[in-house]
Amino acid sequence: MHELAITVIGPDRTGIVADVAEALAGVGANLTDSTMTRLRGHFTMTLICTGPSVVDARQALSALSGVVIEVREVSPESDKSDKGEPYVVSVHGADRLGIVAAVTRVVAAAGGNITDLSTRLTGALYVLIAEVDLPAGAADELAERLAVAAAELGVEVTLRRAESEIL
Amino acid sequence: MTSPIAWDGPEGNVLPVVTAPATVLSTVGDEVDPADPAVVQLAADLVATMRVSPGCVGLAAPQVGVGVQLFAVDVTGHAKAATTHGTFVLCNAKVIEASRWKAGREGCMSVPDLTGDVKRAGRVVVVATLPGTGEEVTVTTDAFEARALQHEIDHCAGKLFLDRVAGAHAIYQRKVYL
Repeated sequence: MHELAITVIGPDRTGIVADVAEALAGVGANLTDSTMTRLRGHFTMTLICTGPSVVDARQALSALSGVVIEVREVSPESDKSDKGEPYVVSVHGADRLGIVAAVTRVVAAAGGNITDLSTRLTGALYVLIAEVDLPAGAADELAERLAVAAAELGVEVTLRRAESEIL
Repeated sequence: MTSPIAWDGPEGNVLPVVTAPATVLSTVGDEVDPADPAVVQLAADLVATMRVSPGCVGLAAPQVGVGVQLFAVDVTGHAKAATTHGTFVLCNAKVIEASRWKAGREGCMSVPDLTGDVKRAGRVVVVATLPGTGEEVTVTTDAFEARALQHEIDHCAGKLFLDRVAGAHAIYQRKVYL
């Protein structure tokens, strides 16, 4: 059983998700985790699937025109548990070069693992929201370091515990 | 029945609304003197600006470029509203009780292109003073009016809904324009 990582990027159009999913289903690919979105008009899809070989998956997707496709074999996930305490970092301010680099470097230096991140540029406003797993007890110092980095960048930053309810 | 906190001040002027990343939106607002005629005029201007803005259910002073703790709210007729107090303006408001936390989608005139999922209390008790008389009031409300109050009190503290969104995929490009 092969486990494949596939990315598809191209101009957005109606039916592109169906085309990708159908092509993969045709070679027996079982989609496990996947995410897709539209970034400034570009369709982007990243997925993990099990089943076909790299060659078969690539051939199935080659019929799609106008998209960039990457298929590679990956090792099955070794450790499913997310370690650390979940936090959310919000950054917003005037767009400038290096916001993501600076903020994520500060998080990494605190031992924080970024598990999800999105950015949006709308007009002059740049927004970064990241979900981060932090080592126990690291949040207060990280908040201080983020405040320093944000002041240097001229943006606003908040760090807060991600909440989850168990029902 | 008219709400005991309903706004009955002078006619105001419509002011331009500032949008992020304006610094005033990220600045903690100063407390105001509710008896100051300038505060009463600003209260009137907030009401006037809110009324001409389609879909606007609340507007805080920082959104018109003034970094103080003053905001107008009116959720009358909104589908998600339960308790409503009509149009009112509060000075120096503080949440003293909050419960029934619930996520909901929020937008903001100062962040016109994005919306986000934000967890807010579904029931709040807020203490504040009324512009003009300076009367101290306690506002107990729920549902959409409670959400609007928390959103506006955040503005007065230099916070946007972007500072409270639930996660990396909890912001959305705004699609519906009223």
